[in-house]
Amino acid sequence: MPEFAVELRDVSKRFPAPSGEIVNAVRNVSLQIRDGEFFSMLGPSGCGKTTSLRMIAGFELPTEGDIFIHDKPMGQTAPYQRPVNTVFQNYALFPHMTIGENVGFGLEMKGVDKAQRLTRVRQALEMVRLPGYEARRPRQMSGGQQQRVALARALVNHPEVLLLDEPLGALDLKLRKEMQLELKRLQREVGITFIYVTHDQEEALTMSDRIAVMSGGRVLQVGPAFEIYERPNCRFVADFIGESNFLEGTVREVQQRTATVELAGGLLAYAESDLALTNGQAVTVTVRPEKIGLRPYEGAQNVYPGRVEDIVYIGTDTHYTVLLAGDQRLRVREQNEDPYSRPLASPGDAVTIYFDRAAARVLLD
Amino acid sequence: MLQRLRASRDRWLGLVLIAPTLLLLTALLLVPLILVVITSFGSRSPDGNVIYTFSFENYLRLVGITAEGFDPLYVEILWRSVWLAVQTTTLVIVIAFPLAYFVARAPARWRNLFLFLILVPLWTNFVIRIYAWIMILRNQGVLNSLLGWAASLVGLPFQPLDLYPSAGAVLVGMIYEFLPFMILPIYTSLEKIDDSLFEAAADLGANAVRTFLRVTLPLALPGIVAGTILVFIPVMGTFIVSDILGGRQVILVGNLIQRQFLDARDAAFGSAASIILMALTLVVTVFYTRRFGFGEEIVKA
Repeated sequence: MPEFAVELRDVSKRFPAPSGEIVNAVRNVSLQIRDGEFFSMLGPSGCGKTTSLRMIAGFELPTEGDIFIHDKPMGQTAPYQRPVNTVFQNYALFPHMTIGENVGFGLEMKGVDKAQRLTRVRQALEMVRLPGYEARRPRQMSGGQQQRVALARALVNHPEVLLLDEPLGALDLKLRKEMQLELKRLQREVGITFIYVTHDQEEALTMSDRIAVMSGGRVLQVGPAFEIYERPNCRFVADFIGESNFLEGTVREVQQRTATVELAGGLLAYAESDLALTNGQAVTVTVRPEKIGLRPYEGAQNVYPGRVEDIVYIGTDTHYTVLLAGDQRLRVREQNEDPYSRPLASPGDAVTIYFDRAAARVLLD
Repeated sequence: MLQRLRASRDRWLGLVLIAPTLLLLTALLLVPLILVVITSFGSRSPDGNVIYTFSFENYLRLVGITAEGFDPLYVEILWRSVWLAVQTTTLVIVIAFPLAYFVARAPARWRNLFLFLILVPLWTNFVIRIYAWIMILRNQGVLNSLLGWAASLVGLPFQPLDLYPSAGAVLVGMIYEFLPFMILPIYTSLEKIDDSLFEAAADLGANAVRTFLRVTLPLALPGIVAGTILVFIPVMGTFIVSDILGGRQVILVGNLIQRQFLDARDAAFGSAASIILMALTLVVTVFYTRRFGFGEEIVKA
């Protein structure tokens, strides 16, 4: 069995836009998606994630590079000859067919005989928890149900890879959360590689084994949720996934994996870095708000005095905006452990903030 | 009590508002139709007036039963009309579908231009457009000249084709005349189909042909049905095209009716022919829509 279910090798896609100019939708993307993996492509709209997915499905052909599915180069292979199935954003159920005919369509095209088709359609509908809905029409079903039908219609064919293009985008929040868990369960059950396109970082973090963060047609970082969140490799990733503080500064000293960065206002920040840094280099130090404390703690290398500018109470947490020397602002998040959620400081109070060297990371851009 | 008063007032108001339309329809549609039915049972007086009797003679004559035995003259005319309408409708579908598909799939900014071009011929008078076909099809017409020129280029002998007047010319004229009425409803159906449905079909293993047969065609059916009704019914009744391009050789029910009223001055027989035409059209249309529906089910989705 080949190691990778899908491989993109140096794939680019250029479109002529209606205005006549050339749009670089995807630029030199290389990805290796493992067999049986729940892989997400995450990024804002226009980042190239949907184009990448459509190239895997065969709806678009790469301008450069090639796509491999289980080591077979796809080249110009038409969509109907690829061993993948797609769940479309708007479901794309055939309005003139019943649910049973919709789900059985792929099997019918493959020439599976009617008796076996009916059995497999029934099983597929049971799997998505819509047993006995064969005779209905798509328009008689809710958005969530249509979504499940679209899933059944794709999974019933046992594709080598299932492609999902923002399939939960049209559902309301509660249903979306339910479907996230449902999708994860289905993926474990059927063991098929899922490639999931979304702009919702929480969705990607919840479901994926690995995530590729994309922007401007490029893949910026690939890794498990933990890695993407804790060790972002650039400012875009740190900013797009969760919330982050960014402090501009200059490298003063590098010792093993610790960099000393001089921030504006003369503050010294100690941050972790695997990068090859040189003294005097301009860098950005990033630190997550929840990793900064207003309470003193033993061993915190970064300790700065500041003044509370603003407090936002959001139930579980309270957010403090702290002004540091050099007119730099940091967002600090403290959990409301106090039974009365009393704030640790009020606007205008002088405070000291603490964070660990390991919580801070050096970024080049 | 108040509610009942209001309800009855609303009902009266509704009747008052619809009354002009009802009166108009009664005066211009229902009354003439009843008159035609009554006339159709009458007979012709020697001076060309209608004698109101109650006789089935006109109808019997139309289906070929006469005192002298079976006379197929009118049955043939009826059959020719139905057959021509079926041929016209079928060919119009075959020609209109690719055109409508092309327009529906064209980039959005081109679509309106194409639709405009389809409609432009309709700005010219119907009769003039049919006359234009004489210019094209006659012996020294555009088509024969072009063919003759092409033949002379390759050095072949050329004998002008006898295209006009003929039944073929009538068919060509009918197709030309009614094409837009098929293109527009098919276009409307096709244009509504979401692109993702074609992608879904391809994704599920359907090649272009199967996608067309299983997705495009069924979803375009409401347009084809609507277009068929818009084309078939007028083709059954029209007499101008056959009159001009058939050169009095091709006699359809429309010509028959026209001549009974104008030349033969036998309004009773003409009325009977009109009723038969209506009945035939109705039968074919009902049969057709029973089979294919009006496509409303898909339209709703």
